[in-house]
Amino acid sequence: MNIHEYQGKEILKQYGVKVPEGRVAFTVDEAVEAAKELGTQVVVVKAQIHAGGRGKAGGVKVAKSLDEVRTYAQELLGKVLVTHQTGPEGKEVKRLLIEQGCDIKKEYYVGLVVDRSTGRVVMMASEEGGTEIEEVAARTPEKIFKEVIDPVTGLTPFQARKLAFAINIPNELVNKAVKFMMGLYQAFVEKDCSIAEINPLVVTGDGEVMALDAKLNFDSNALFRHPEIVALRDLDEEDEKEIEASKFDLSYIALDGNIGCMVNGAGLAMATMDIIKFYGGEPANFLDVGGGATEEKVTEAFKIILKDPKVKGIFVNIFGGIMRCDVIANGVVAAAKQVKLDRPLVVRLEGTNVDLGKKILSESGLNIVAADSMADGAEKIVALVQ
Amino acid sequence: MSILVNKHTKVITQNMTGKTGMFHTKGGLEYGTQMVAGAVPGKGGTVVDFTLDNGSTVSVPVFNTVAEAKEATGANTSVIYVPPAFAADAIMEAVDAELDLVICITEGIPVLDMVKVKRYMEGKKTKLIGPNCPGIITPGECKIGIMPGYIHTPGKVGIVSRSGTLTYEAVHQTTTRGIGQSTAVGIGGDPVKGMEFIDVLKLFNEDPDTEAVIMIGEIGGTAEEEAAEWIAANMKKPVVGFIGGQTAPPGKRMGHAGAIISGGKGTAAEKIAKLEACGVRVAKTPAVIGETLVEVLKERGLLEKVMNK
Repeated sequence: MNIHEYQGKEILKQYGVKVPEGRVAFTVDEAVEAAKELGTQVVVVKAQIHAGGRGKAGGVKVAKSLDEVRTYAQELLGKVLVTHQTGPEGKEVKRLLIEQGCDIKKEYYVGLVVDRSTGRVVMMASEEGGTEIEEVAARTPEKIFKEVIDPVTGLTPFQARKLAFAINIPNELVNKAVKFMMGLYQAFVEKDCSIAEINPLVVTGDGEVMALDAKLNFDSNALFRHPEIVALRDLDEEDEKEIEASKFDLSYIALDGNIGCMVNGAGLAMATMDIIKFYGGEPANFLDVGGGATEEKVTEAFKIILKDPKVKGIFVNIFGGIMRCDVIANGVVAAAKQVKLDRPLVVRLEGTNVDLGKKILSESGLNIVAADSMADGAEKIVALVQ
Repeated sequence: MSILVNKHTKVITQNMTGKTGMFHTKGGLEYGTQMVAGAVPGKGGTVVDFTLDNGSTVSVPVFNTVAEAKEATGANTSVIYVPPAFAADAIMEAVDAELDLVICITEGIPVLDMVKVKRYMEGKKTKLIGPNCPGIITPGECKIGIMPGYIHTPGKVGIVSRSGTLTYEAVHQTTTRGIGQSTAVGIGGDPVKGMEFIDVLKLFNEDPDTEAVIMIGEIGGTAEEEAAEWIAANMKKPVVGFIGGQTAPPGKRMGHAGAIISGGKGTAAEKIAKLEACGVRVAKTPAVIGETLVEVLKERGLLEKVMNK
C-alpha cells in the first residue's frame, strides 16, 4: 500500500528522522494559510500524488511570496500530472504539501528494501541523490553502497556510519546521518514497510540532515496489525475496480485490453494473460479469485470484470486445487444470470470435480463456450471478441 | 525414488482442526499419506476421526505442541494451515522440534515475519517449503498440501514451481502425455521463503530416478536467473522452463507478494533470455510446457526412458 509524501514524513518524524516543516492543503486558501503559519521566506508547493517524477512533471514549485503560493496552488490543484510512473493518463492533484524551503548543500539517496536473495532488509545509500536510483544502478553501480541487516540486532550504528562515510557525508554531520538512518530503519520494521526511499536526503547550509522527499510503501500482508496505516489509504489514488475487488479479497489489476480474465492462482492468472496475448488478443485485467473462493466471491469477480466497458468477452480459466470446479461453475452461472451476461464467455475448467462443474455449466441454459484446454480457450475467446 | 517426501514420511498437521486443516488432512489420508498427528494448541488429548471415501475411518490424535506430536508418533514432517498472523510462529515451532521438513501453505504472512523465520532457521536442520505454496507430492506415495492428487502419476520428471495452479497445469500436461513425476514441489510466491529453485534443483540432480526437470518461474526477483547460472554450471539433467507474467505491467503486484517488476528488474523477458542462454528450453506459452518437455527428451534420447510403460 502506498501513502502520500506528507504522510510518510509524518511517520518518519515520529522516529526522529528530520524532515522540513510542512502542512497539507486541500484548497488554495489552506495552502496560503499553511505558508503563513510556516513563516519562512521561501516555501515549496508540492503536488501530492502516489507517483514519482513529480518534479520533472512540474508538480513541485518554489514560492517566494504568499502571492506566489496562491498562484502555484491554483495552478496545481486539479491539474493532471503525467510522470513516468503515472502512465499516459496521469493523475489529478487533489492535495498539496506546503513546506518550508531549505538551503540544500548536497543531495544523497538512502533506501531500505527487503532483499530476496539474502532474505534480509538491506539499506542502500548513494552520493548520487535526486536522480532515479535505477539509473544510478545501471550507470554507476559502484556508487551504491549496501548493508545487509541482521533482524536480531537491527541496523547497527557502525553499519550506518560505514554507509555515511562511504557516500561522503561531511564528517561533522555523520552522527546526524547515523541517527537519521537508524530512525528510518526503525520506522521500516515497526510499520512493516516493503520499501522506504529517501530521495533526496539532503545536507543543508545550517548543518542539518533531512529527508526532502519520502516514499514509503507498506506490506499489504501486514496491514492487519497497522490500523493507523490503513487509515492513511487514499482511495482517490486507486483504481475503483481494484478497490471493489479488494473488499472481496480478490486480486484484480486493470489493464488496457478487451478480454476479461478470471483465473484461480496468481501464476496461472499471469500465464492466462500471456497466452491471450500470444493468440493475438489483449487482456483487460489480471484477476486471481484465489483459493477457497466462495460462490459470492466468484459472483463479485464477475461483476467487477463486467464493470469495465472495454470488456468484449470473458475467459474463465480454472485449474482446481483448493478451489473446486463446481464452486466456480455455480459462481459463473449465478453471476451470469445476475448481470444478464450479454458478452461471449469461454470457460475452461480442470481439476477437482471437473465433471460436476461442466455439468452445472451445460445445464445452466446459458450461452457458454466450453474449452478443452488453456490454448483452446484462449484461441476461442480471441476469435469471439474480434 | 523421489526427493524430500516418500511413503515413509510421517506428517503432522499444524492447526489440523481448522476448516482448511481438516479438509486437506483428509485429502492426504485419501491419497495414502501417513497423516499421523495434529498439533493444535489447547486441543491436545483429543482425537479426530476421518471417514474416508472408501468407508474406512482413520483416527488422528491431536497434541498441544509439535514437539509432543513428534515424540508420540515419530513424525518427521509438518504441514502448516495456520492463519497468517500466527504462521511464522508455527514454522519456528516446527523448526524447534527438529523436524526434517516443514511445508507452510499459509498465504499472506508479513514479509518481515519471514525475515525473522529465515534468521531463526540458520544453522538448524529443518528444511522449509513455502509459505504461500501448494505443497509437495511424490505421486503414488505421499501428498502434502492442497494440490489435486489425481492429476499426478508416478514417474521420472521433477517439477519445481513458484506458482500453485501453474504447477498443476504442468503436471497435467505431462501426465496426459504418459509422463509421470518423481516429485512436484511448489516453492511458493512470496519474496522471502524457504527452499529456492537451486535448493530443489540440487536434490533433483542427485536423485537417481529423476531424468529431467520442469522449472516454472514468474516475474519478480532474480531467483530464476540465479537458478539458470547454477543449471549451466552443475545440472546433469535437461531442464525445461516457463516464466509467467510476460505481459505484466511494471510496478504492479500480480497477486503473489513476490511477483512484481520493480526498478526495471525481474521482467519475464530477462529471465527467459537468461534461461535460454544457460541451456534451458523455455516453453513459449503455458499450454506447451508438456510439449516442450517431450521435444527436449526426444532430442536427448530420453523419451523412452521417461515414458510410463
